[in-house]
Amino acid sequence: MKNNILKIVIFSFVIFSLLVFWQGLKKNNNYDTKNLIGSKISKFHLIEINNINQYISEEDLKKNKFTLINFFASWCAPCRTEHKYLLSLTSKNKDIKIVGINFKDKKKNAINFLEELGNPYNFVGKDEDGKISILFGIYGIPESILIDSDLTIIKKIVGPIDNIQYNEILKLVQ
Amino acid sequence: MLSNIGIALVILVSILSSLIIYTASVNLKTSKQVISKNIYTLSLFQTTFTALSFFTLIIGFINSDFSLINVYENSHTAKPFFYKIAGTWGNHEGSLLLWINILVIFSYLFLIFNHSHDKKFRLYTLIIQNTLILGFLFFLLLNSNPFNSIYPIPLEGLGLNPILQDPALAIHPPLLYVGFVGCSIYFSAAMASLISGYGGKLFAKSIKTWVKISWCFQTLGIIVGSIWAYYELGWGGFWFWDPVENASLLPWFAITALMHSLIVLEKRNTLYTWVIILCLSVFILSVTGTFLVRSGILNSVHTFASDPSRGIYILLYLSLMIFSALIIFFLKYKKETNNFNLRSRETFILANNWFMVFFLVTVLIGILYPIFLDVLTNVKISVGPPFFNIVIIPLVIPLMFLMAIGPKFGWIKSQNKILYKILILICGAIVINLFIFYFFGAYSLLSNLIFIAAIFLILHSFSDIIKSIKKKVRFELPRIISHLGFGLLVFFIGINHQFSIEEDFNLKVGEVKKMNNYEINFEELKTKENKNYKAVIGIFKLINHRNNLTQNLKPEIRIYSNPETLTYEAAIKTKITSDLYLTMSNVSRSDYYNIKFQHKPFMIWIWISALMIALGGFIQLILKKK
Repeated sequence: MKNNILKIVIFSFVIFSLLVFWQGLKKNNNYDTKNLIGSKISKFHLIEINNINQYISEEDLKKNKFTLINFFASWCAPCRTEHKYLLSLTSKNKDIKIVGINFKDKKKNAINFLEELGNPYNFVGKDEDGKISILFGIYGIPESILIDSDLTIIKKIVGPIDNIQYNEILKLVQ
Repeated sequence: MLSNIGIALVILVSILSSLIIYTASVNLKTSKQVISKNIYTLSLFQTTFTALSFFTLIIGFINSDFSLINVYENSHTAKPFFYKIAGTWGNHEGSLLLWINILVIFSYLFLIFNHSHDKKFRLYTLIIQNTLILGFLFFLLLNSNPFNSIYPIPLEGLGLNPILQDPALAIHPPLLYVGFVGCSIYFSAAMASLISGYGGKLFAKSIKTWVKISWCFQTLGIIVGSIWAYYELGWGGFWFWDPVENASLLPWFAITALMHSLIVLEKRNTLYTWVIILCLSVFILSVTGTFLVRSGILNSVHTFASDPSRGIYILLYLSLMIFSALIIFFLKYKKETNNFNLRSRETFILANNWFMVFFLVTVLIGILYPIFLDVLTNVKISVGPPFFNIVIIPLVIPLMFLMAIGPKFGWIKSQNKILYKILILICGAIVINLFIFYFFGAYSLLSNLIFIAAIFLILHSFSDIIKSIKKKVRFELPRIISHLGFGLLVFFIGINHQFSIEEDFNLKVGEVKKMNNYEINFEELKTKENKNYKAVIGIFKLINHRNNLTQNLKPEIRIYSNPETLTYEAAIKTKITSDLYLTMSNVSRSDYYNIKFQHKPFMIWIWISALMIALGGFIQLILKKK
């Protein structure tokens, strides 16, 4: 009797696993965050890099007409190349606010980075272990997410912002 | 031309395999106690023709015969000769042909080297092994034929992925295939043993050598893969708990457990059922690993040979294998009574098995859970190093103690004398650990325990070596070398993990970066044209302020033309005590280069100790022959 139960358990486990494998074959495995456009961002709690008592959450972003959430780090070289676009975005358009999320970085390096290149951010949050970035579906930096006051994602930029994307952002926020 | 020869050879091998199955079934019914000569002849032909088909493919690659799709897709005339040959197994189709070769060769060798064993057992093994061979032959012919031709014949090939053009990676697949596919023979033997009732000690004797061979090759294959990752991938690490790496660990845990319990079966004629389960699982896990890697179901940095249509075939094959194994096992299962003394060596060997099973299950969950979650709930997660580190590392501590003490307990019963020595050695280990802790830097409690356990295992192994040299007993040496290798491996990985320096920063030509005791000068950039790639070489001067030593490091960015790919070659300076590791990658639209600098103590010793584990196995193979 005990043996039969064991047999049934083993067989069902094997059949179940094989069926899952079979189903898994039909799936597209490429991780793609494009489909996130049109959906809302998830709830978050972001602590300011210099001041641990100061934080923002998704509620605070509702006040902005548009928010660009930008993920950056001092060790990330392409982040340097997109920095000038971020700087000119805030000066060109007053409707857009930029929130920077400092990804897996050291505080000292991040501050040096912003001192050297200028600070385009209205708020810089720290994400030392990369957990907050996961909430946003980030898989590498630089990456940027443009949201409106409803917290709906209207554009996602994977990789550094270049001239073309810069102009697209400006068009979207007009 | 080559295409026709190749396909003809493969079909011929398929016919021969069917004939072997048929002749063996007829031979089973005769009352004679010897295996008919015809079977030997057929097997010899089968082996010859399989080998010929593989040589045909190699010739296709050497001559850059682009009439074969496979050669066209994976080779190029400008490729160095060595990599042309390595290209044969550097792709799915070619490697499948290599699989079949190994299946066939092991089948033949098992047949001719096991004269003394029961006829029925040998014939059943042959029948099952040839069924496995036929399954792979069908797969090759229907889905993944390396001899498919292409017309019109292209003038030039697409080239081999440059990241695979590395000596370590050229030998990594064949080693692993011998290790993984070699286990097919004791899968077949285990099934045959269940069917024919030929079990116990004699069964253990018949498969012992084959288990050892495949263990050695698996171990070596995994190490070489790890070495390749360190030198080629440019991350500075050597083990990433990547799903593909994990897939290669699954059969390794099972086979390591099998190696140990086989000793019990041979010496004490017990644990037969458990040995059978392990024999069956090693190959099932190998094929599962192949399925996961080749079907594209896994999302991994190095699934380079994925295609869902292959997946369905391998899955079907896997299902048939598992179900036939389960059905035969449950039909023939007989209850065994195991009674051992708690303080005997069997208990310790069984303890090893519990650890291996635990590691196996942990890694299996780590691989399967994300797949199951994705399929069932559409949630994508990845299980990474933190999970494995938390679950596996603490258990390595008791494992290392057992690895030291276990083999000292005699068969069946043991005395208390050894305890005294153990205590002294543990004290020694604690003292050495304190020394490292105070003079080189503090670390966590868990790390302390790991160091103590590792040092204990190392000290214990050394005292064992001295003893066995004094007594002139050689047969213990392989075991001691492998266990010592494992102790050293854990010790050096621990040291490396604790005292590595890693810095990531951006630098322009002419700039200087200072940190800790180091100063890095980015002096200049050079370009160099090579046969199949163009290299951008960074010249870095590294000054170590602690000893005023200046060194030049030259990392490269290689731009391969066929296919057009960038690879990053790390500049690695290896010394006895540490490695300096520098990689450079370009940053688009900027003068800056991203520099990754690492100082890794005792890196070379990690390879040496890992190789010692494998070496132990190889020495044992050679010792047995004499």
